[in-house]
Order: sequence, then structure tokens, then C-alpha cells
Amino acid sequence: MTEMQKLYLLVPLAPLAGALIAGLFGRLIGPAWSHRATIALMLVCVAASVTVFMDVLKGNVYNGTVYTWMTSGDTRFEVGFLIDQLTATMMVVVSFVSLMVHIYTIGYMHGDPGYQRFFSYISLFTFSMLMLVMSNNFLQLFFGWEAVGLVSYLLIGFWYTRPTAIYANLKAFLVNRVGDFGFLLGIGLVLTYFGTLDYAAVFAQAPQAAAQTIEIIPGSRWELLSPICILLFVGAMGKSAQFPLHVWLPDSMEGPTPISALIHAATMVTAGIFMVARMSPLFELSEAALSVILVIGGITTLFMALVAVVQNDIKRVVAYSTLSQLGYMTVALGASAYSAGIFHLMTHAFFKAVLFLGAGSVIIAMHHEQDMRKMGGLKKYMPVTYWTMFIAALASAGVPGFSGFFSKDAIIEAVHFATLPGAGFAYFCAVTTVFVTAFYTFRLLFMTFHGKPRMDHHTEEHLHESPWVVTLPLVILATASIGAGWLIEPMLFGGYFGNAIHILPQHEAIAKMAAEFHGIGGMMAHAFTTLPFWFSAGGIFAAWYLYMVRTNLPARIRQAAGPLYTILDRKYFIDELYSWLFAGGALAVGRGLWKYGDVIVIDGFFVNGSARVVAATAMLMRRFQSGYIYHYAFTMIVGVFVLMSVWLFV
Amino acid sequence: MLFGFPLLSLVIWLPILAGVGVLATGGDRNAQTARWIALAGAVAGFLVAIPLYTRFDPLTNAMQFVEYSPWIEHFNIHYHLGIDGIAMPLILLNCFTTPLVVIAGWQVISKRVSQYMGAFLIMSGIVNGVFSSLDAILFYIFWEASLIPMFLIVGVWGGPNRVYAAIKFFLYTLLGSLLMLVAFIYLYQVSGGSFSILDYHRLPLPLAPQILIFIAFLLAFAVKVPMWPVHTWLPDAHVEAPTGGSVVLAAILLKLGGYGFLRFSLPIVPDASHYLSDIMIALSLVAVVYIGFIALVQADMKKLIAYSSVSHMGFVTLGFFLFNAYGVEGAMVQMISHGFISGAMFLCVGVMYDRLHSRQIADYGGVANKMPVFAAFFMLFAMANSGLPGTSGFVGEFIVIMAAIKVNFWYGFFAGITLITGAAYTLWMYKRVVFGAVAHPSVEEMNDINGREILVLAILALAVLWMGLYPLPLMEVMHTTVDDLLAHVARSKL
Repeated sequence: MTEMQKLYLLVPLAPLAGALIAGLFGRLIGPAWSHRATIALMLVCVAASVTVFMDVLKGNVYNGTVYTWMTSGDTRFEVGFLIDQLTATMMVVVSFVSLMVHIYTIGYMHGDPGYQRFFSYISLFTFSMLMLVMSNNFLQLFFGWEAVGLVSYLLIGFWYTRPTAIYANLKAFLVNRVGDFGFLLGIGLVLTYFGTLDYAAVFAQAPQAAAQTIEIIPGSRWELLSPICILLFVGAMGKSAQFPLHVWLPDSMEGPTPISALIHAATMVTAGIFMVARMSPLFELSEAALSVILVIGGITTLFMALVAVVQNDIKRVVAYSTLSQLGYMTVALGASAYSAGIFHLMTHAFFKAVLFLGAGSVIIAMHHEQDMRKMGGLKKYMPVTYWTMFIAALASAGVPGFSGFFSKDAIIEAVHFATLPGAGFAYFCAVTTVFVTAFYTFRLLFMTFHGKPRMDHHTEEHLHESPWVVTLPLVILATASIGAGWLIEPMLFGGYFGNAIHILPQHEAIAKMAAEFHGIGGMMAHAFTTLPFWFSAGGIFAAWYLYMVRTNLPARIRQAAGPLYTILDRKYFIDELYSWLFAGGALAVGRGLWKYGDVIVIDGFFVNGSARVVAATAMLMRRFQSGYIYHYAFTMIVGVFVLMSVWLFV
Repeated sequence: MLFGFPLLSLVIWLPILAGVGVLATGGDRNAQTARWIALAGAVAGFLVAIPLYTRFDPLTNAMQFVEYSPWIEHFNIHYHLGIDGIAMPLILLNCFTTPLVVIAGWQVISKRVSQYMGAFLIMSGIVNGVFSSLDAILFYIFWEASLIPMFLIVGVWGGPNRVYAAIKFFLYTLLGSLLMLVAFIYLYQVSGGSFSILDYHRLPLPLAPQILIFIAFLLAFAVKVPMWPVHTWLPDAHVEAPTGGSVVLAAILLKLGGYGFLRFSLPIVPDASHYLSDIMIALSLVAVVYIGFIALVQADMKKLIAYSSVSHMGFVTLGFFLFNAYGVEGAMVQMISHGFISGAMFLCVGVMYDRLHSRQIADYGGVANKMPVFAAFFMLFAMANSGLPGTSGFVGEFIVIMAAIKVNFWYGFFAGITLITGAAYTLWMYKRVVFGAVAHPSVEEMNDINGREILVLAILALAVLWMGLYPLPLMEVMHTTVDDLLAHVARSKL
């Protein structure tokens, strides 16, 4: 094993060790040593990730097996690593955000009875996520995929005495399982038609496979790769919370805030995006799948952003914002602009982490009040939180110069160049949403930090800035949310991803953009002439006007909008529909099958019925065995009489 | 040979003799002695089984550790033992489970201790006999004998409705097996006077008798597995059985049915197996899907896990009748894994039952507040039951689903539904039992698990994780046998 290979192993194993220490011995070593141990190991993980990243930048790509998980038939199922530009980028983002969240947690979870357990979970999460991104095969990808789902389940339900939390975590797990169901079927088709689950081998065969067809529904032949890619994407829809499997993400806000930042904004929910980018050699060959992705991404982008506009819970606004931003990334994938999708994934990880962690900081200060209608004027009490969130809000709204601008603009441009069916719709959604995003982000900022304080007197007296363990990660991440955008040139146009991402010549939206790209300054200058910029500015202005200047207007608009408002407020009634149709339906089916199938038909009719037939026959037979000699004697006489009659007269 | 004794005989008779020794301690005055002898016997039983793994040759398709001596010469019946890569893991699973059951019943069983412990040891030996017999009559004797200890365990130490459950269990399985005996006698006739199972494997048979023999075997094995629709004895038996009984029933006795398909149905009547495979696959998928929904609405935890067992065993029969290596090996892994997981799930319910004397989900709520260590173990096993990767529950289901998709996408589709239903019924139960605020005053008084309980659950937890993270050692011992079996089944006997 080379030094570098040891380092690859160290990256996921360090957080795993941390998770085991805090999880198994947390009670023994106490809270302080639990966070010291996990954070120290996270530092090791970050350092190793960065070293690997630097090494990959030099062009050292690695693909190898760690151990053979099992063999069956002619297939070897292995655990292994594929370290290339895509993986290395994800490793750095994941481990870095995770480290920040570890530090932040010291402040946020201070004094919680489950302190050690919490550190154990977030380290375990980091391990799982790293196994997911570092995998070189579908099986290990699925392992990481489900493992992050498990930790997400544990963390959403971290405060397990709250009914809402344990409802939300079950919901999250099951909705994700629906996605995983599709994902597993996709993996099954890959194994069936490619005979291996190893990425490199599968991708090498992809062009031949593209010529094959498959008949899943008898009578209609499809291109083989279309069902495969669509099924894999169903998995991504679950994990990356795309419509219609998005319902779990807003509820997941029941978990502690650091989790919302780490898992439900920066890393886990982007697993689907990462997966599709990783599978680009397959997805590129299925235009049907890309079209599906464009449409699903477009719907998620616009319609989830609209819901964010009417939310009053600070975390829920950010949650719906996350859904919408994930929609952007999905749209990028559909437009074959994988690198733009990953780029937005990275910038979003930073600015959304700030928004969540900042919201968390506000929530601590407000004594766990999350309703923005009871906030206001927090700016003077919490300057660091305010300014970091302000930066993140600018990034989120896509103001030129901030990271979100570069990544979002790249996506919008790419969709503009895309020609597949659905691209027009996706473009419309992506552009319109710029306005909505700017509006809800600044609505959040104005309602929380500006204007008159609306909290009660007692809370206001105790308002203060959070401790340094909370603000330090905010400052670092805010810096990243400015700086990350400036990497656009190397990441999108510099051939950064090398062979990690594969794009067909006819889908070269990024290449067309590269032709028009004239440096970062040019991109910013150009922005002032485009629709997205003015939409963004308009959104900020509208938020300012409605929530700073004419503060009585929103209520009147709400009244005027009537049913429209209700639809948004109730999130298009999708939750109600699902709980009636799926949860209620499954229980009704279960009760019906149990009662009529098992109890009445099988047990009642066949089992106990045959027992009854035996008993009835036996009862009948018993009559003849009365035990009285005169019965038997009488029967004998009758018998003899009958026999003699027959013998005599016939 | 170990200490001059043939290994397989040792594995069979050592636990039985130890069981008789335990019985000899008599009444409950000597309960403690009985427990220790039982533990020693069970551990010894496991230790003597280990050489079966270490000395096993994974590269040969012949039977290993063969013992052969005449028994009833007039009918050509032999004491013929031998194992291959299918039987060996099941014997190990059985020998592994017995000590756990003894430890789990240590304090819980206080009446007729020697009989309870003795019954488990004797059953352990008998089951090893089933897995290693190569003579049909010897097999049949062990097969039917295994009913007796379980009948007593349910009927004597069971719950309030134990007599109904015990009789239902006994009659159901006995009736199922009778036709198997008829099939053996028929095969004895056509084979020219042999009861050797290996002779039957080579015996040419026309399709019509093959189908009749298949149905005769099917009744015996389908009841044991149990397959839909002959599964209804299982929930009743589980509900009434004491914890140890449930563990052995789920972990071991169900596997007798699965083993039967591999040892008898597939190799003896391969053409009938192919001919009827669509029906078998359909029945298996019904078990997976239909039972998954039924498990969702159970109010009794043991019933829920029993139904979950039926659903998981559906993967076993599904895997067998796909006739590819993934399917059969996946089904084997599923059997071993189900042994660990269902055993652990029943132990978890038993742990709670010992404290609260209720199996109803509604009587619990917020157990995690009072029993955090237990909650962690229970979580692991619940996740394993939902087929989470990294646990043994994933491995078998995964390969069988892969095998199913290989044959027909829709088989895989229906089998895959378990991903959703399995998680739904398991985790919904977990939520209502373990999560939440303390729901009843009685839950408030529950104490966390003690060292003895931790020991048992930790051993199972390690087994579940080890098999989930590194199934290769288990798979490797099966390859040759399974390949050989599949090649055999592919050849027509007509």
C-alpha cells in the first residue's frame, strides 16, 4: 500500500473512529473529551482530504480495491475507492463543512443530555458520506447512500421525546426508501446488463449498451439506458429531495440546527446531484432521462421557492430555499452542465451552511423561538451573525461578486444553451426563481434583523451574540461563500474535472459558454445586461419595500391572494395527499389482507375449517361406538337379517 | 475426527447427551446445576462445530465428514451423515444459537428449568441431525423428532393460549411431512431399494411422478419455511412461545424448510422444479408483499416480527426458484442472516416482555428514556430487519433482488417493495415502542438491560455487522456446492 493509499483510507476511517469513541465510550470520557476526540479526528480527516485534493490536482487519479466484499456467480462485489477531481472536490467540501459543524455544535448543543451521542452521529455521518463519494462502484455507493439516510434518520429524531421529531424522521426514512427502491432497481439493471457494478467497467461498456433496447413493459421497447438512468435518478430524487419526493426535507428541520446545515443543506442532500454527475457517462447517453431531470429540476426550483415566500419559521424558509437550490443543481445536470451543478453544490454548501448556522445562532439567542414574526431588530445584538448571514444572503440571491451569482448564472446560461425537450420549461423556472430567491432571502433577513424588535421584553433583555465556537464557523464559511465563486474559471472552463465528467459533443452547453466567457470581471459586467441580475435586484427591492417600508402591505396581499396563499401555505396539499393516499392506503390494505386473507379465509376457512370437518366426521363416527352391548347386538341382528334376506330372495 | 470421534456424530449427539444430562438433574432444587450443565453443553456443542468450518474443503463438490454404517439392513437404511456447503453454515448457525438461548433463559425461566434447558439442547442435536443426514429415513426421523421439543417448549412454557398454538404448530407441520414419507417410500421402490438421498439425486424420473413428488415435498417444506398461504401457524406459535422458543423457531426451525428445498426438491425433481417455478416465484412474491402489508397493522410485537419472518423467508424461496447463483447463494445468506436478526428481534421483545409482561405495542412508548443501551441494540437490529446495508439483512435481500431482476425485471420490482414495507413496519413499531416521551407509568419502572442481556445482544450485533460488512467467508464455502447444484438442476432427468 502506498502512502497515498493509506491516506485515502484515513479520510473515512478517522471520522469513523471518532464516531466509535464518542458513541461507545462517550459516557466514560465525558462531553469535553468526546468533542475533543471527534474534532481532532475531523482535523485529521480535513488535512488528509486536502492533501489528497492537492495530489489529484497534480493529475494523480486513483481507482482501486480495498477488499472483496463478497463473490457470487461470476461477480466480485468489492469495496474500493475512485479518487478523481470530482471525488476530491466532494471530499474537501464534505470534510470541511463537517469540521465547521463539529465546532459549531460545541456551542449549539452545550448542556444537551445527548451531547456525546450527537458528536458520534455527526462523525458517523461524515464517514458514511465520504464512503459514498469515494466509492468506485455502485454497491458501495448504495451502502453510503443508505448509511447517510440512517444517520439522517437518527439525527432528525435526535430529540426523540418530541412527537414531531419522531414523525419527521420516520417520514424522511420512508420517503428516502421509496427513492432507494428505484435506485436499487436501477443498480439491478446495471448488474444484469453490464455484468459488473464497477464504475470504470460499466462506463467503458456504456456506448455499446446505448445501442441495446429493453422490454420492461411487454410490447414497448425502450433504449436500455433510459430506464436505468431514470431509476437511478429516482434514487437521487429521494436523497436530493426533488419533487415529488421532496416532502421529507422541510420536516427534517425538526432535527437540531447543525444537522440541518450539515446534512440537510450542505452534504447529504447533494448526494443525488453528485451521483448523477458521477454517472455522467450513462446519463449523457439517455436524452429521455436528461429531459426528465430537466423537468423535475425545473418544477422543484420554482415551486419550492414559492413556498419559501410564505413561511414564517426561519428554518423552514431556509429549508424550502434548499429545495429550490437543489432544483437548480438538478436543472444543471439535465442540461449536461455537470460541472456547473457540482460548482453550485459547492457554493451552496458554503452559503447555505451559513444561513442555517446563522439561523441556529438566532434561535439560541431567541431561546428556541423560530417564528420570524416574533423577531426583528436583532442586528444590533448579534452583529457577527448578521453580517455573515448578510453575505450568505447576497450569495444566495445571486448578487454579482458573491459565489451564488457565479454558480447560478452558469446554470441559467447552460440551460439556455440546452436543446433537449423540457429545457425551455427549465429555463423559465430557473430565471423566474431568481426573483423569488432574492425576495424570500431578504425577507428573512429584514424580518429577523431589521425593523422594530417584536419579541417579548424578557427575551429581548437576554439577547446577545453567540459564543466564538458558533461565530467562528460562521465567519469562515461566510468567507468561503464569497471566495468560492471566484473558482468558476478553473472549475467550469479550465478542464478541471478532467475525465471525471463525460459530456457528449452535442450536449456541450459548457463549451459554448466557455467561448463566451471573458474572465470573471467580464462575467460580472455582462450580468448587468441580463434578466437574472435585474430579477435578483427586483427581488431584493421588493422584499425591502414590503418588509421595511410598507410593512402593512404583506398582510393585505395575503388577504387579496386568498386561495393562492392557502395553497402555498399548505405546500400544495401534497403532505395531506400523501398521508391519506400512501400511509392511509397501506394501512387499509394491510388491515384488509390480514382480516380477510389470513384470519377469515386461510385460518377461518381452511385451517380451522378442516379441523372442524375432522371433528364433525369424528362426531358422526362416534355415534356408532356407543359402547352399549345391546346396540352392537341389535346392529348385528339387523345385519344378519339383511344379509339373509339378500341371500334368500335375490 | 475430533478426539477419536467422528465430527458430525459429535455435533449431533453431544448436545443430545448433554440435554439428557440436564434432564437428569431433576426438579427445580438443582436449577442452577441444570443451567450450568446446559451452558457447558451448548458451548461445547458450538466448539465441536467449529472444525466443520475450519476443516471444510470449499473446493470439492463431494459430501464431507461422511459417516456411513448400516442401521436397519433389512430395508437398506443406513446411518449416513455428510455435509456440503449448504448444510455446514446452517449447522454452525444452529450451534451458535443454542448457547445464546440458554443464556437468554437463564433467569427468566424459573419453573422446570432442567426440562426447558434439556429441550433446547436435545433440539439442537436433532436439528444438526436433520442438516447432516444423507439417508432419507434417518432424515425423516430427525425431521419429525425436532417437532417434539418445540411442541413441549410452546405447550409448557408458553403464554395463555399455548395449547391451541402448540397443537396448531404440531398438526400443521406433521400433516405437511407425512406426504414426504410417502414420497420417500415411492423413491425407495423406483430406485430399487435405496434410501440414500444421493442416489435419489441421480435417479431418472418422468415428469408426472416428478410433479407428484415435488408437491409431496412442497407440503412438508412450505409449511416449515413457511410459505404463503400455509404460514398461519407461525404467528400463533411465536406469540405463545417463550422467548427462547421464538428465537429457535425463527432462527433455526424455519431453515429446515429452506434446507429441504435445496437437498430434496431441486436436485431430486429438477424438471418439476422448473415446471412449477413460476408458481413458486409467485407464492414467494405474495409472501414478500402481502405479508409486508399485514405486518404493518399488527398490534402485537411478536406477531409483527413473526409476519416479518414470513416476508423475509419469501426471499429464500424466491432465490431458490430463480435458478441462478445469485439467487441460491442470496437465499442461503438470507437464511443465516434471518437467523441472527429474527433471533435478535425476538430477544429484544423478550427483554421488554420480561419487564412489562406485555407484547402489545400500545403498552409501550418512550422506552429509550429508561433503557438507552437497549434502545441502541434494538435500533441496530431494527435497521438490520429493514435491510440496511452494512448489516447482514441487506446482503441476502440485495443479491436475491439482483437475481430476480436478472430473470425478470418485475420479479425484482415486487421483491424490492420490501425495501419500503420492511422499513415501514419495523421502524414504525420502533417509533411507537422506543421513541417518544414515557407513555405509561409502567414504562417508567423499566430498568436497562443487565450484563447477561448485553452479552447475548452484543454477540448477535457483532454477527449481524460482521456478516454485513464482510460476507465473503460465508459465501466462499458455498460456491462449489451451489454451482454444482445449479449444474445438476439444469440437467433434465426425464
